[in-house]
Amino acid sequence: MDNALVTVLIAMLGGAIRVSTPFMFVALGETLTEKSGRINLGLEGNLVLGAMVAYAVSYLSGNAWLGVLAAGGSGLCLGALHGYICKLPRVNDIAVGIAMMSFGTGLAFFFGKPFIQPSAPRLDAIPLGDWTGNPALAQALQVNPLFFVGIALAVFMFWAFRNTRWGLIVRMTGDSAASAKAMGVSVDLVRFLATAAGGFLAGIGGAFLSLYYPGSWNQGLSSGQGLMAVALVIFARWDPIKCIFAALLFGAAGALGPSLQSIGISQGYYFFNAAPYILTLIIMIISAGSKASARDVPGELSITK
Amino acid sequence: MTAETADSTAIPAKAGPSLGLLRLAEAVSIPVGALLVSAVLFALFLLAIGKDPIQFYQLIWTGGFGSSFSIQNSLQRAAPLILTGLAFAIPARIGLTMIGGEGALVLGGFSAAAIAIPLVSNAVPVPLTLFVMALTAVVSGGLWVGFTGWLKYARGVNETIASLLMSYIAIAIMNFFVEGALRDPASANKPSTMPIGDAYRVGAIPGTEVHWGFAAGVVLALLLWVLMSRTTFGFAARMTGGNLRAARAQGLPVGWLMVVCCAIAGACAGLAGFFEVAAIHGQANASLVAGYGFTGILVAFLARQNPLAVIPVAILFGALAAAGGVIQRRMGMPDATILVLQGMMFVVLLVSETFYGRLKLFQPRATGERT
Amino acid sequence: MTLTAISRRRLLKVGAAGLAASALPFGIARAQTNVVLGIVYVGPKDDFGWNQAHAVSVESLKALPGITVVEEENVPETDAVSKSMESMINLDGANLILATSFGYYNPFVVELAKKYPDVTFRHAAPLWNKDKDPANAGSYFPYLNQAHYVNGVAAGLSSGGKIGFVAAKPIPSVLSNINSVLLGARSVNPNATVQVIFTGEWSLPVREAEATNALVDAGCEVITCHVDSPKVVIETAEGRGVKTAGHNASQAPLAPKGFITGAEYKWETIYKSYADDIAAGKTPPNFLVGGYNNDMLRNTPYGAGATPEAIAAADAAIAALVAGAPIYKGTLKDNAGNVVVDKDYDNYDPYLDGMNWLLEGVQGSIT
Repeated sequence: MDNALVTVLIAMLGGAIRVSTPFMFVALGETLTEKSGRINLGLEGNLVLGAMVAYAVSYLSGNAWLGVLAAGGSGLCLGALHGYICKLPRVNDIAVGIAMMSFGTGLAFFFGKPFIQPSAPRLDAIPLGDWTGNPALAQALQVNPLFFVGIALAVFMFWAFRNTRWGLIVRMTGDSAASAKAMGVSVDLVRFLATAAGGFLAGIGGAFLSLYYPGSWNQGLSSGQGLMAVALVIFARWDPIKCIFAALLFGAAGALGPSLQSIGISQGYYFFNAAPYILTLIIMIISAGSKASARDVPGELSITK
Repeated sequence: MTAETADSTAIPAKAGPSLGLLRLAEAVSIPVGALLVSAVLFALFLLAIGKDPIQFYQLIWTGGFGSSFSIQNSLQRAAPLILTGLAFAIPARIGLTMIGGEGALVLGGFSAAAIAIPLVSNAVPVPLTLFVMALTAVVSGGLWVGFTGWLKYARGVNETIASLLMSYIAIAIMNFFVEGALRDPASANKPSTMPIGDAYRVGAIPGTEVHWGFAAGVVLALLLWVLMSRTTFGFAARMTGGNLRAARAQGLPVGWLMVVCCAIAGACAGLAGFFEVAAIHGQANASLVAGYGFTGILVAFLARQNPLAVIPVAILFGALAAAGGVIQRRMGMPDATILVLQGMMFVVLLVSETFYGRLKLFQPRATGERT
Repeated sequence: MTLTAISRRRLLKVGAAGLAASALPFGIARAQTNVVLGIVYVGPKDDFGWNQAHAVSVESLKALPGITVVEEENVPETDAVSKSMESMINLDGANLILATSFGYYNPFVVELAKKYPDVTFRHAAPLWNKDKDPANAGSYFPYLNQAHYVNGVAAGLSSGGKIGFVAAKPIPSVLSNINSVLLGARSVNPNATVQVIFTGEWSLPVREAEATNALVDAGCEVITCHVDSPKVVIETAEGRGVKTAGHNASQAPLAPKGFITGAEYKWETIYKSYADDIAAGKTPPNFLVGGYNNDMLRNTPYGAGATPEAIAAADAAIAALVAGAPIYKGTLKDNAGNVVVDKDYDNYDPYLDGMNWLLEGVQGSIT
């Protein structure tokens, strides 16, 4: 039993590291966008399009990192489109997000057809666990560089929101457009840039999916991870560092179903597989409505009104 | 939002057309204009990838409306979309972005199929059985989405994300039972609940091959239009959607309104699930998860959350789906073509929102209506 | 708004072809009948798996004279499929419809076959019942579990006998493949085991990768699977340095180091025979199932992961299956201890179609 428990724990550790990165990037991108006072529900579209573009570019150019960059670029374009449309008066940002989601996935499926078959060069992992002498643990600690990029980015964002002029401007725009305007800040421009940059990050998250884990392009690749990542921002209370932990928790929860089956617990696997959704909902219910949460929410966010 | 009430008889002396007529003209011409713009953009897209846009639109016509068969094909495909479109439109009127239609449809369909098992095996009369099934679907869908509305009101839980999560959970519940306790042992390779049998199936509207779900959708859309546009309840709901604080200050029962609107939405989606089971599948299985809930969101947006407009828009989407197959077959284009077209339409349509009340053509004076 | 007028006109238009295609007693054999073949797929037709196997086989028919192929992909198992098939009949004049997904059959193919008695419907699962179902409908199906048995034989001799299986859903056709892998492996290595993880969905790449990793972590030396698109499973397993056995279509190029062999359909045997029958003015058989004994299956050419003794044993197993040797034989218990097989069953015995157990030696549970 102890052995089984260790197996599950190692699997969850590995799952957390392997599965969390796309969540991380999308959540960080969304945090940036939401901090500026806008919500982009369409990052699922960026994620899927990014995955396709990354795979296609990596295949055509032979360089996986070029694919990552191109994925970011495609995400940037979708994000910029979202940011631009939302600038228009009386346009609802949540609705535009849903539209961008269907537009982005549509484009990805349409142009992704020829890339389902070929094998593209993937991203390599850094073996961090070889010293442990335990093959399962060594495997769990095979880490893709993007994972660390995500963590570094979160720390940077956390720091930048507090300590830089740019960070301050973004937060101010998100908390009160009126006071930002009074300070001479172009609210629309800040939100446009924040949405575009957020889209860029979500595109990178897509590249991780197709070029590292699971490392393949097909139409079912994301299965809603981009949407979940947006949910994750809410329960991370718009804090980049908490986003990382939330993403890790999601990854671990995703590994729970398969690893429980691998030690012989297979009853009700549908509910183990639905664990991340149930978990998110419960955390949202518990954390919503508290005083602390009201303090964290960017004041201009339509999602909280 | 009373744009639909064009009072054609009232022609003012010299101020030009009446306000009502102008609003109707605006409410019709902006979305139609947006559709045309997206059609042109998509034609450019087709040209860019070396396909013939004229053939494409001809095929949309052939596949969607070109013959009696095609029309019925479109109407049949529109049936669930009217109901899921309403499921998004009604909460939207009170300011909630509720995207849980898919889950409520699945849960409604599943619970209808589940309650049918004891009824059918005890040979309860067909009309009673169908009534109980429909009621179960409506109640379970209504409770499911109503609960999300309550969470929003009572706990401040974001309804968009919560309704999405609830959808995933509803699908997991259905799968759990369909592949477990309620599985018909004969449904070997496609786990399903016990079939209700041909005698208990809902048939087609006489003279057509379109099932009754279409008629139910049309009737419900009319009723909900009356409810939202012509009653105190609808007025209160729209006022809450327009300005929550003002509605609270007026002493409106905001929480109750929200929960009821969400419950109505869930009931519509649940009813769609009932028809999927009773008219199409005859049992509940994973095929209930067909994305109708998500297409319903697009339908409602294109209809600008107007229950009446949901009907033609749903038919348009039904036609697009019907034509999608013909386009695959005749032009060798992938299935995702229609997705790109829909996405493009959706984006252009949202951009067009910005023109309401701003085009001089539709303004008698400077009174742009707030929506 | 009635359909009668349209139907009559349609009947006149495709009537000639339709009559020849259906089983009429006075059917006059024509040298050349135009076949309009409509085929519907449940997913993208280039999925490296189930749909691709069909699409590749149909592709080979397109070159034949007198055949037009119309295809539609990503058609869900809802009324969308009956409308798609009907649209093929009404708008394209299709007279032979191939419905390739299990859930298409009931009620969609059955009801449409009653409505269009002149069109020949064939469905890719052994579901047609000659007492209940229309005569113009029918079934075809290769029993892939025979090829999975061969996978098991090769895997059992290419490893220590610990095999991992990533499965979509606990349904008979999947369970049969799992059990056959076990029996194949046990036929050459009595200590062999199969560990199974169900993902719950036909296509869910991230969870398939997680399941593969979990199986490798649990000590499995060979990974095989039954999901719609095995690409992710095979590539993940190859990346973990374990051996692999394929499913549905050839995945050999995905695993240059560890690929042993794979279970593949030969749909073209069936589709060619249908086309030939119709061209000759005959009705294709209503019920056409098979396996190695009638050339409906193949195993992917052996990869670098197959040991010489495994290749020899697998070839011998294929020869035995061609001769009709049974897979489920003697007395077998399920992994809860109940006797589920108490005699030799023919490989096509209907009892096996309803399998809802995992044999002793399989770690996993179907609930």
